[in-house]
Amino acid sequence: MRMRTLEIGVGVLILAGVISLVMLAVNVSGLSLSKNTGGYTVSARFENVGGLTERAKVSLSGVPIGEVTAIRIDSRMLMADVEMRIYSEVDYLSIDSSAQILTAGLLGEKYIGITPGFEEETLKDGSRIDDTQSALVLEELIGKFLFNKVSE
Amino acid sequence: MIDRIQMLGRVTLDRLAAIGRSGQMLTQSMLVPPTPRVMFPLLIKQLHFVGVLSLVIILVSGLFIGMVIGLQGYTILVDYGSEQAVGQMVALSLVRELAPVVTALLFAGRAGSAVTAEIGLMKATEQLASYEMIGVDPMRRIIAPRLWAGFISLPILTMIFAVVGIWGGSLVAVDWLGIYAGSFWANMQASVDFSTDVMNGIIKSLVFGFVVIWIAVFQGYDATPTSEGISKATTRTVVYSSLAVLGLDFILTAMMFGDI
Repeated sequence: MRMRTLEIGVGVLILAGVISLVMLAVNVSGLSLSKNTGGYTVSARFENVGGLTERAKVSLSGVPIGEVTAIRIDSRMLMADVEMRIYSEVDYLSIDSSAQILTAGLLGEKYIGITPGFEEETLKDGSRIDDTQSALVLEELIGKFLFNKVSE
Repeated sequence: MIDRIQMLGRVTLDRLAAIGRSGQMLTQSMLVPPTPRVMFPLLIKQLHFVGVLSLVIILVSGLFIGMVIGLQGYTILVDYGSEQAVGQMVALSLVRELAPVVTALLFAGRAGSAVTAEIGLMKATEQLASYEMIGVDPMRRIIAPRLWAGFISLPILTMIFAVVGIWGGSLVAVDWLGIYAGSFWANMQASVDFSTDVMNGIIKSLVFGFVVIWIAVFQGYDATPTSEGISKATTRTVVYSSLAVLGLDFILTAMMFGDI
């Protein structure tokens, strides 16, 4: 009988540990088990990626539809070449969609927002998004603001 | 002068011998062919003693530490207008640092000292010697279950501590101070990474569990078999394991997050 209560106690402890691990994984770190490894790759050139990192999310209307897989410099154009993987079920992005680098909140991370276009033709593996808007860099913004003030 | 040097030498040799004995104890108790039928009930008993009975202190302190971080984080972050980042702050500080370290410190005080006193008293009353007399290896019967129990239960307690702490933080930040729940959790999920943050916290707690229970068992096993010796050994367990945990925490943090 005594052994039984001990075993129940230990069982509760182990169970609580497993539940905690699952909660840490799902609720706290937002790990999703349905890892989307499929999809197609799209690239875009930006003048300035300003703090965008690999694995940053790509979103459409705020909903994640993919992630950034590589950021490298395009040595010919001297621009940042960002490669992103879009989930395969999102196959309706028109070819003239535009990409911009946005910030989640004031101090949040950078992510790419896609604004859909109007063409019938859709983005495919290896397509390039031509219409891009770079990250807002605070120093540049302040510089422009001061310059405007002076010239007034 | 020569006496002083001799003293230094003796202290050093004593320490080295103790480290050697503790390593010997570890290999003799852990590196034996397992006998599940005998080991399992003993392990259950120790898991109950070391793990389940520590649950209350872990739950209560986790809850309050989470609530305090939530409150402190809010008062600082509200000045910058970014009080939604409280979730991120509570989760990261708990998962990376506070849960492994505070749990290990509490564990050393609650379970480590008890293990030391128990084994020390067994030694003082010659129970360990009588086990040997009747042909039972005290390493396997007394030492090994306690080592395994500590090593298994501390990571579990750490995860429980982190979850309860984060819940306490959300209690203060969301329910009391009125931060929007969606941004609290979304900020947290965006900034906490499972493989770097959560797993590194668990690795830390594995290391701490091993070190704390090793120190506790060894201090009991190596105690001078008198009442004074046991009291000294118990004190040493708490002091040594706290120092080891805090020192190792810095080294582990530097290795995990310091890009070394």
